[in-house]
Amino acid sequence: MTAFERTIRGFPHLTLWLLILPVAAGLAGVVAPAFGWLPALGGEALTLSPWRDLWQAPGLVDMLRLSLVTGLASSLVALVIVVLFLGAFLDTRPFHLVRRLLSPLLAVPHAAAAIGLAFLLAPSGLASRLASPWASGWTQPPDYLFPGDPGGGALIAGLVLKEVPFLLLMSLAALPQCRAEERLRVARSLGYGRLNAFLRAVLPGLYPLIRLPIYAVIAFASSTVEVAIILGPSTPPTLAVAAMRWLNDPDLALRFQASAAALTQLALTALALAIWWLAERLVARMAAGWLVNGRRADLERCGRGLAAGLTGFAILLLGASLVGLVLWSLAAWWPFPAAWPSPMTLDAWREAAEAGLTPLGHTASLGLAAVALSLVLTIGCLEAETQRRRTLRPGAQLILYLPLMVPPVAFLYGLVQWQTQLGLSPGWPAAALGHGLFVLPYVFLSLAESYRRLDPRWGQVAAALGASRARVFWRVRLPMLTAPIAVAAAVGFAVSIGQYLPTLLLGGGRLATLTTEAVSLASGGDRRLTAVYALSQMALPALGFMLAAGLPRLLWHHRHASSH
Amino acid sequence: MPDTSALLLDEVAIFQGPHPLVEVNARIAPGDVLTLMGPSGVGKSTLLAQVAGFLSPAFTAHGRIRLGDEDLTRLAPEHRRLGLLFQDPLLFPHLSVAGNLAFGLPAGGRRRARRGRVEAALHDIGLSGFADRDPATLSGGQQARVALMRVLLAEPRAMLLDEPFAKLDAARRDEMRRLVFARIRARGLPTLMVTHDREDAEAAGGRVIELTTSTG
Repeated sequence: MTAFERTIRGFPHLTLWLLILPVAAGLAGVVAPAFGWLPALGGEALTLSPWRDLWQAPGLVDMLRLSLVTGLASSLVALVIVVLFLGAFLDTRPFHLVRRLLSPLLAVPHAAAAIGLAFLLAPSGLASRLASPWASGWTQPPDYLFPGDPGGGALIAGLVLKEVPFLLLMSLAALPQCRAEERLRVARSLGYGRLNAFLRAVLPGLYPLIRLPIYAVIAFASSTVEVAIILGPSTPPTLAVAAMRWLNDPDLALRFQASAAALTQLALTALALAIWWLAERLVARMAAGWLVNGRRADLERCGRGLAAGLTGFAILLLGASLVGLVLWSLAAWWPFPAAWPSPMTLDAWREAAEAGLTPLGHTASLGLAAVALSLVLTIGCLEAETQRRRTLRPGAQLILYLPLMVPPVAFLYGLVQWQTQLGLSPGWPAAALGHGLFVLPYVFLSLAESYRRLDPRWGQVAAALGASRARVFWRVRLPMLTAPIAVAAAVGFAVSIGQYLPTLLLGGGRLATLTTEAVSLASGGDRRLTAVYALSQMALPALGFMLAAGLPRLLWHHRHASSH
Repeated sequence: MPDTSALLLDEVAIFQGPHPLVEVNARIAPGDVLTLMGPSGVGKSTLLAQVAGFLSPAFTAHGRIRLGDEDLTRLAPEHRRLGLLFQDPLLFPHLSVAGNLAFGLPAGGRRRARRGRVEAALHDIGLSGFADRDPATLSGGQQARVALMRVLLAEPRAMLLDEPFAKLDAARRDEMRRLVFARIRARGLPTLMVTHDREDAEAAGGRVIELTTSTG
């Protein structure tokens, strides 16, 4: 065995351990302080007092309910929209249009989407300005609470808007695997309407394939910090936000309580997943008879109308949010209810250009480092698969999803405790590794299909010509996969740019990125500067996707067949 | 014999961009089988897709498709009520054998009555006792029979066969041909079949149109 083959063989284990270790260590690191043990802060006796403090925290029950309800409701609404959209439009013209919009939509960071939505629907936002005063009669911003309504409606809306593109992308990748097109044809030729054919013949095959991504969505939605800071209520906030506040409180004693809260968050997310799982069983059981009752057009028209309405509404919201952000970033003076700021100025952009260079540099360097690390590990794993001629075991697949399933609040806190305990200084390297944890799964999911589908005969041809395995890898497989690798890198870069918690916690609060700045500005009052940061946050991933699309063409411009 | 109408292909032509692929002008009487023969790539399956209502956007089509007096050309596939039998049986893996048949049955009737009709249909194709089996555990020939029965239970007004016997082994193929054509005649269904196997055409016993690659 050559050195190359030995190195490659080590990659799957290395990668899995790099995913398991931080998550496991992080969880372990949060358990001890939750029971009072953290010598660095003087906690040297096991006690239940962190839990007592947590139970006595004002509004705890509301926090738990808020996290659970917003997590489950937003996931459900997002799934319903995706299912209705696929059912009503699969393989039609609007379907292909939306499909093309998908990558740019996915690239929008959570925080930027949340800020855009908040600015759009706030009492003095673009929506109420457009309706005032001619339709609403408002000459002053109306008195309603958005974002931050106590029921969490704004939070749910923001999460839905961001999760729909993700679930849609995952579904699109899974549709060919379950032979969706053929199933749909059979059902329609038997007389089933489009939507009924999809629900009865395709969805039962599709759902198992997108179950893990759905669980990842639930885990994220029930534990998000940045979206909840921007759109969620503040007294009481969601559990994750509360835990975050206690952890960052100058009173270090609150860290014990924060650890207990982080563990509670873990249990809460597990509970949300368990509720969903039970609901899955229930729906499957109740629908079994419905699937074969022979009715061809149950709610067909009304479902399709709803699908068109919801999809159109979601796209409208996203588009209007973007317009609103652009207007705010250019506004000098924008009194209510003017729909257009006047005069317009580039002042906010100038201000950001001075103050924003450091955050921009951190954002880019963290993103590039995390992407480089993830690409090396992912390609190593996939090449090992190719050499062993079998794909990862299902268990390994599950581990890839680990950082997406365990609430980051829970295990990142634990890692911070380890930093404190071991006296490690937080900063760029820790934050870059933290970003890598969340980037790696996406890079892997994005690249795996293309890598596995590459015709093995290319390698066999090269080997028959006398090329070693290393040479086949460097000179044949990698160049042939330039385009999907570039796309995976762009996906990973976008994910890194969206990261909030790893930067904040592992960077020790000293590492400013576009995202951390945007989130902290959003809770302040300066809408102009916030809009500039949110827009820059969107521009960077878009730039990445543009490069990913252009790079292969630039490299291979003289090779007609590889530029397609 | 049930009351059925003839299937008419009124100068149906398929184009790929500006290039014409096939053109067919035919009337298929109830109970008759019209066979379109030709090498692969000639566009015969595309023509069948057009009749079924599934033409891919890469192609365009001219001409009208009619069933008796009814014009089907602009109708959605689910409203045409044509029975479509594919090369693969395409039984739904998430349903049992009985579930697949019940999927074909029109709505209505109590659960027990529906179950009775499914059992009778299974008996009819020699698969009594297979109701609760997973379709994946059936042999290729058994799956093909269930697929045929699923289509017939949906009460189609005409049949479209897309190389329906190509994937069966020789012994099963003969048996399946006899079964399919007997059912079609018994129900008086006008049938359009595309195939590249001459024996299929002979077994069908109807008119044969040979398609050749157009050089254009």
